[in-house]
Amino acid sequence: MGNNASPAVKGGPVYNDAVVRAFALAAVLWGIVGMLVGVIVAAQLTWPELNLGISWLSYGRLRPLHTNAVIFAFGGCVLFASSYYVVQRTSQVPLFAGKLAWFTFWGWQLVILLAAISLPLGFTQAKEYAELEWPIDLLIAVVWVSYAIVFFGTIGVRKVRHIYVANWFFGAFILTVALLHIVNSAAIPVSLTKSYSAYAGVQDAMVQWWYGHNAVGFFLTAGFLGMMYYFIPKQAERPVYSYRLSIVHFWALIFTYMWAGPHHLHYTALPDWAQSVGMLFSLVLLAPSWGGMINGIMTLSGAWHKLRDDPILKFLIVSLSFYGMSTFEGPMMSIKTVNALSHYTDWTVGHVHSGALGWVGLVSMGTLYYLIPRMFGRKQMYSTRAIELHFWIATIGIVLYIAAMWIAGVMQGLMWRAINPDGTLVYSFVESVKATFPFYVIRLVGGLLYLAGMLIMGWNTIKTATSGKYEPVPVPPVVAHA
Amino acid sequence: MDILFVLIPLSVVLVFAVIGVFAWALNAGQFDDLEREGERILGAEEGPGFPRSGNVDSDQARE
Repeated sequence: MGNNASPAVKGGPVYNDAVVRAFALAAVLWGIVGMLVGVIVAAQLTWPELNLGISWLSYGRLRPLHTNAVIFAFGGCVLFASSYYVVQRTSQVPLFAGKLAWFTFWGWQLVILLAAISLPLGFTQAKEYAELEWPIDLLIAVVWVSYAIVFFGTIGVRKVRHIYVANWFFGAFILTVALLHIVNSAAIPVSLTKSYSAYAGVQDAMVQWWYGHNAVGFFLTAGFLGMMYYFIPKQAERPVYSYRLSIVHFWALIFTYMWAGPHHLHYTALPDWAQSVGMLFSLVLLAPSWGGMINGIMTLSGAWHKLRDDPILKFLIVSLSFYGMSTFEGPMMSIKTVNALSHYTDWTVGHVHSGALGWVGLVSMGTLYYLIPRMFGRKQMYSTRAIELHFWIATIGIVLYIAAMWIAGVMQGLMWRAINPDGTLVYSFVESVKATFPFYVIRLVGGLLYLAGMLIMGWNTIKTATSGKYEPVPVPPVVAHA
Repeated sequence: MDILFVLIPLSVVLVFAVIGVFAWALNAGQFDDLEREGERILGAEEGPGFPRSGNVDSDQARE
């Protein structure tokens, strides 16, 4: 794969697209794997016998495998692919340190492989979304620093003075994730496969959710907003609705995100004021989030017909409507009185998946459908109708999933807080589990549909790859100022 | 809650760093002609099969 990374065809420099292609293909593969594991754990929640009594197939081990695979393997590879593509195109230079970019590819694949082995075997730091043990954490840190060098190095040697807004989002995502990962993963190793967190008790919980929510904000939001700001204008062939607003969106998001984390710890041992600060910052976040969503959707203003004909735009624009939905739902759920009902219920799971399947998933798929044909010298994917089919299957799957979880979550919250006149609980916990069963079945159907869409994408990708041939894309010359 | 003595100063340092980067961007002329910057990416050349729509604006070239 690495042999066509070398530049110099007909003299001039060419874009380094080989590593973009590798990450894009890896993203499709890991998307299928991660979503398959998700479907398996959804089935296990419905019918617990499906763990077959095998420890490494048990829910507790497969669940972190699912979250790591979809967030860091699928989402991570899409982020690498799109950021490497966008930073080259908008800076009009090939990647800085192309060999290091290849190291980030193989290093990241090694992280994914080690996660896929160590998590089912039960090696875990037991920190949500940061389960991997310390040797893998060190490898992640090395890969991530290399990523930062490649990305910011490319910015440094750019030929266009202005840094396009998408790069600001990608840059903030890279720097913040480095900081979050290093602080949260601080641990004292006792053996190669076991370590203890450097923090204890509620301190650990606070660090964990400072990391956890900022991981949502920067890994799963800022980077994907970078994609939104490049690929929606490109696919719609129109500039972003208000470039000025996109700049305001970026700085407002960066300034306000950091302290939303405590809303994960309402009604815990965390000091009350810290919980209120978390709630306040979460509410403030609604403003920049909706500003960005409106900006992205309004990019199609005056060209709405494109939405009817172009399934890639459908993916990108509908992803933004899910972004708007979940960034309204999130602040609402962070209000303490709402959280008293929603916390620990499946409503939270529904909220996460509205963001993950609806926003991150759909914007990733739209981005990949834009990138993959260009990585194989084609104008379009092998089958546009298959993209259309994928879009509808995925959307129906998401709606089934989140509607089922909303109903299940509110029902669980109400059942758990129902009290008889004498102060005893009306329902035992297991009664709420039993009442949730039909919604777990609906959720499984939703997940199966979403996975089916991804399999269609896999087929379409293989057909596109085998019927196309990549031609190196020369970097256009930048005319110097006279 | 000793951890807040780490996390809050860290956030404050970060906010100052962000202000610093913002000041750099402002002084470096990153925000000088915003509406045209949005259009620029549409002109850049894509690869085989894509229309070449003009060169990069000369005054934005970087030596």
